[in-house]
Amino acid sequence: MATMTLSTNEAAPRGPLSSWLTPAQTWGVLLVVPYLLVFCAFVVYPVSYGFWLARNPASYVALANDPIFARAAVNTLIFLVVGINIKMLIALFLSGFFVQQRAWIRWLSVLFILPWAVPSIPTILSVRFMLNPEWGMINQIIFKLTAEDGPNWLNEPSIALTMAILMHIWKSLPFWTLILVTGRLAIPQDLYEAAEVDGASGLQKFRFITWPSMQTLYLTCTLLSMIWTLGDFNSVYLLTGGGPADLTHVLSTLGIRYLRLDRLDLAMASIVCALPLVLPLVYVMMKRLSR
Amino acid sequence: MKIPSLREAGAEAKLLLVGIPVFIWTMLPLYHMFLFAISPKEDAFSGKIWPDHPTLRNFGIVFRQEHYFLRDFYIQFWNSTVIALAVGALTLLIATAAAFAISRLRVRGGRTIMNLALFTYFIPAAFLAVPMYRTMGIYGLLNNHWALILAMVTIAAPYAIWVLKQASDKLPVELDEAAVVDGATTLQLFRLVYVPLMMPSLVAVGTYAILLAWNEYLYAFLLLSKDVELTLPVALGNFLAADDSPWELLMTTGVIYALPPAAIYYVFRRYMVSGLTAGAVKS
Repeated sequence: MATMTLSTNEAAPRGPLSSWLTPAQTWGVLLVVPYLLVFCAFVVYPVSYGFWLARNPASYVALANDPIFARAAVNTLIFLVVGINIKMLIALFLSGFFVQQRAWIRWLSVLFILPWAVPSIPTILSVRFMLNPEWGMINQIIFKLTAEDGPNWLNEPSIALTMAILMHIWKSLPFWTLILVTGRLAIPQDLYEAAEVDGASGLQKFRFITWPSMQTLYLTCTLLSMIWTLGDFNSVYLLTGGGPADLTHVLSTLGIRYLRLDRLDLAMASIVCALPLVLPLVYVMMKRLSR
Repeated sequence: MKIPSLREAGAEAKLLLVGIPVFIWTMLPLYHMFLFAISPKEDAFSGKIWPDHPTLRNFGIVFRQEHYFLRDFYIQFWNSTVIALAVGALTLLIATAAAFAISRLRVRGGRTIMNLALFTYFIPAAFLAVPMYRTMGIYGLLNNHWALILAMVTIAAPYAIWVLKQASDKLPVELDEAAVVDGATTLQLFRLVYVPLMMPSLVAVGTYAILLAWNEYLYAFLLLSKDVELTLPVALGNFLAADDSPWELLMTTGVIYALPPAAIYYVFRRYMVSGLTAGAVKS
C-alpha cells in the first residue's frame, strides 16, 4: 500500500452527531443516505400511495364484476403452476446436459445464453410474426408439409396463452439453467466416483446424490421465479396484447391495462388481489435469503 | 484421432439428441429476426428459410431513416444510450456507497437496509410500475428522462447492493486495519483500498444496470410518451400499432437494438456470470 500516506487529519464532517458517532460511523450514515432516499421516494411512497388508492371497497366490487379479472386470475395461476414448473424441470434436466465436458456443449452453452442476453422486445415481436396465420414461418412450413392450414396461433385463447408461456420459458430458461449448472458444479465429484465404483445407474446417481444436494436451491429458484414471473409483462403484452377479446391477460398486464384506461383504483385493486399469492412467497424468500 | 468405442458413440448420440433441439429452440426466434433483416420486402413474407436475394438494404433504410416509423431513430438510439449509461453510473454510485458503509464501516441498521433492498427486489416489476407511474406524475417527472432513470436505479440498486455487499464481505478486514494504522481517512480507505479491490464486482454490477436499463420496456412505455423522448424498445413496440407494419424494418431495427447488449454481455461474460450468479444462488 505505497499510495497510503501518513495523514492524520480526518475528513469526516463534524456535526452534532460526532459527539456519539465516530468519524467512520458518520461516513457510514452519509453513504447509506442516497440509497435510503431512493428507497423512500420510489418504493415506500408509491407503495403506500398505491394502498391508499386501493382503499375503496367499491373497486373490489367493480373488479369482481369484470369477467376479464377472473380470467386474468386464472391465467396467472396457470402461468405460475404449469409454466414455472415446466420451466424449472427443463432447467434441471438441461443443467445436467450442460455440465458435460465436451467442446461442442461449451459452444452450445455460449449460444444458449443468447435469449437471456438479448432484449425481449425484438425477439417477442419476431415470434409474434412467426406465428402469424398467413405469413408466419410456422404456418408456411406446416402448409408445405401437410398442404393444410396451421392453427391461428394467437387467435384461440388457450393456444395464445400457451404461446405466451412458451415465450416466457424461451426467455428465462437460460438464466435458471445457468444457476442450476452452478449448483451442480458445487457437488463434490468424489461422491459420483464412489457411486460409480458401487455400480450405480445414472438415475440412481441423480436420485441419491444430485437431487438431495440440489433440492434447496431448486426450491428457492422456483419461488423466486414465481415472484418474477408475476411481474413479467412483456411475454404476454407483446405477444398477444392480452387478446383475443382480453382473454389472455395475466394480473400484471391487467393492472397496466386499467392504468392505461385511467382506472388507477382498479389497477391497484387487482394488484392488491394478488397479494395473498405474493406475500407468502416474499416471506419465505426473505427468511431464506436474509440470514 | 482415436476411433470412439460403441459405448462412447452411444453417449455422444444421446447428448446430440438433447443438443440439437436445444440449438433449434434457442436460435429459431433470433434467426427469424435476422432472416427478416436481410430479406427484401417480397422475400420476407414468402416463408423461405433463406432469402433468394439476401441484402443489407434494410439496414441502409434504417440508418438513413427512410421510413416515417424511423423518423426519430437516431434520437431514440441516443435516448436509450444516455439513459442506460446514467442508470449504470447512478446505480454504481449509490450501491457502492451503501455496500461500503454496510460491509466495511458496519453502519448501524445495516442489516435492516439489506432487508429493505431484498424486499424491493421481490416486488414484481409490473406491480410496482402502477403506483410508480402515479408517483412520477406527482413528482412532475412524467415524460422526462429522469423518471425512467430513477425508476431503473430503484430497481437495479437493491440487487447491486446485495452483490457488492457479498463481495466486500470477502475482502480481509486486515486491509482496512492496515490502512487506518497508516493514517488513512475513511474516504481514502474507500477510494484507494476499497474501490480498486472491488473492480471486478463493480464492472459486473455496472454492466448489469446498463443492460437492465437498455432492455427495459414496461417502465419506458409508461413513463415516456413523446416520439423524441422514447427509447428504442418503446419505438419498436409502437410499430405494432399500424396495420401495415413494415416488419422487415422492424426486425432490422430490432437486430441493431439487440446487438449492443449481446456484445457487452459477451465481453464481460466472465465477470457477469460469476458476479451475478453469486448473488442469485446464495442459499
